[in-house]
Amino acid sequence: MKNFTDEQDEIVLEGGGEDRSAEEFCPPEVELSRREFLAASGVLAAGVAAWLPRMAEAQAKAQAATTTPVMAAIAITINGKMHSLQVDTRTSLLDLLRENLDLTGSKKGCDHGQCGACTVLMNGRRVNSCLTLAVAASGAEITTIEGLGTPEKLGPAQRAFLEHDGFQCGYCTPGQICSATAMVEEAKRGDLSLVSWESGKSRHPTLTDAEIKERMAGNICRCGAYPNIVAAVRQLAGGAA
Amino acid sequence: MNPFSYTRAAGAEAAIHAGAAHGAKFLGGGTNLVDLMKSDVEHPTALVDINHIGLDSVVKMADGVRIGALVRNSDLANHPLIVESYPMLSHALLAGASPQLRNRATTGGNLMQRTRCYYFADTAFPACNKRAPGSGCAAINGFNRIHAILGQTDEGATSAHTCIATHPSDMCVALYALGAKVEVDGPKGKRVIPVTEFHRLPGDDPAKDTVLGEGELITGVTLPAAKFAKNSWYLKARDRQSYAFALVSVAAGLEMSGGSSGIIKSAGLALGGVAHKPWRSAEAEAALVGKPATRETFVQAAELTVKGAKTYEHNAFKVELAKQCVVKTLMQAAQIT
Repeated sequence: MKNFTDEQDEIVLEGGGEDRSAEEFCPPEVELSRREFLAASGVLAAGVAAWLPRMAEAQAKAQAATTTPVMAAIAITINGKMHSLQVDTRTSLLDLLRENLDLTGSKKGCDHGQCGACTVLMNGRRVNSCLTLAVAASGAEITTIEGLGTPEKLGPAQRAFLEHDGFQCGYCTPGQICSATAMVEEAKRGDLSLVSWESGKSRHPTLTDAEIKERMAGNICRCGAYPNIVAAVRQLAGGAA
Repeated sequence: MNPFSYTRAAGAEAAIHAGAAHGAKFLGGGTNLVDLMKSDVEHPTALVDINHIGLDSVVKMADGVRIGALVRNSDLANHPLIVESYPMLSHALLAGASPQLRNRATTGGNLMQRTRCYYFADTAFPACNKRAPGSGCAAINGFNRIHAILGQTDEGATSAHTCIATHPSDMCVALYALGAKVEVDGPKGKRVIPVTEFHRLPGDDPAKDTVLGEGELITGVTLPAAKFAKNSWYLKARDRQSYAFALVSVAAGLEMSGGSSGIIKSAGLALGGVAHKPWRSAEAEAALVGKPATRETFVQAAELTVKGAKTYEHNAFKVELAKQCVVKTLMQAAQIT
């Protein structure tokens, strides 16, 4: 409904299309400069608010059954501290951390388990917190980037990433560091990767660069800091830095 | 995402009881279900969390192994029984998803994985017979590079039957080649389903991925006694080196008589990325049996795996890719160059 066109420095608000409810809901077509829009937006919001009851009352009643949040009590240990709280069952572990507990180190990249920016440790295993429901994580022990060290006392993975400049913008870094922390433990206990099979090292895989890349494949870095990430993980794993 | 109630089941029986509720779905690792709920493709009104019902171990049996439905993909891939006796399965599991996802994803959940067809996953496209039965198929005239070449239903874009989606799993392709069985329990009792009959072709009801009945729960997967441990391989061809779904994948196991250079006694061969379910070609397997393990034998078998293939604007390459992958996988399995 809103077209923001910077060149013209104006904002066009258009009426709804064929959808009748949308038509009723939208203000008549108006053209405003950005300044006018900012000034008017409060008025518009008030106008919308005035229509809301008339338009939405029936719908709201019909939808009440399907839109009323279901709350659940959870008890979850995060970075060694127990939290008991009520959450909407729809809350992801990531949103619980960021929105409810102010632990904003874990990042929301794709929110669909494709980028790894939200990686945390759940009972010591790396997981995508965006695809983990908070309610299903009740009873678990979670470690986030905040639990791996402090600015004064960095954890080994944090130090390795810093020393090797394993980032550019830094957005994926908390996920990379949580992932690397767990990955090194997986390798220590002899876990295999696809590269282990393909390189014929399914008995005693060692963390070659090819192994590190495959085992870190769940963490995307759009800046492309991969060579330095591999170097940081190599150091963390105890290999030559 | 629509609101839903949440129940944590303490055992399989309690889970099946709670799962009988209208609109209920079982929650395993959630790596596929929660994702689809966020996209408004799945909208259960009740989730029954089965992560605490047990069924999370791999047990050696007299004639094979039994894998609990809640065994995580990463644990299964690294279990000594699997690594030693069913390397193809470990290999396939590790070719799928990412370490983080494999840490949550379960054996049962992987069997229930839904297609990665773009038109199924994105509600902005109105037509998808799998997501909205009767709405047609947007893929057939769309960007169908990743879509099926075998076993699909193609009655045109507007037919309620058309579906050219593919099954996305790597694990299942290996299970097909190994001849696994799926154990389920439900309101009508327990039953065992050969994995090759567990998934469906779209037929005239593309919305239905499997033969599971209402409220039925996967409790485990069994593998027959290992015969491919020495000669098996999994190959996955994809757009990225890692962390991408297969364009084509192949799982192959050979039972040899008289060592690797001898005669093929039995064979298991299945393809991923080509059909609505992993594609096991009994004809191709039969063509391998009794033959010497040579490139010529494998080329002949490869031709049979794609017999009857039908392609679309963007996926014609899959026929040749599938044949090449079958030959390469069988060569790796037979350890010949």
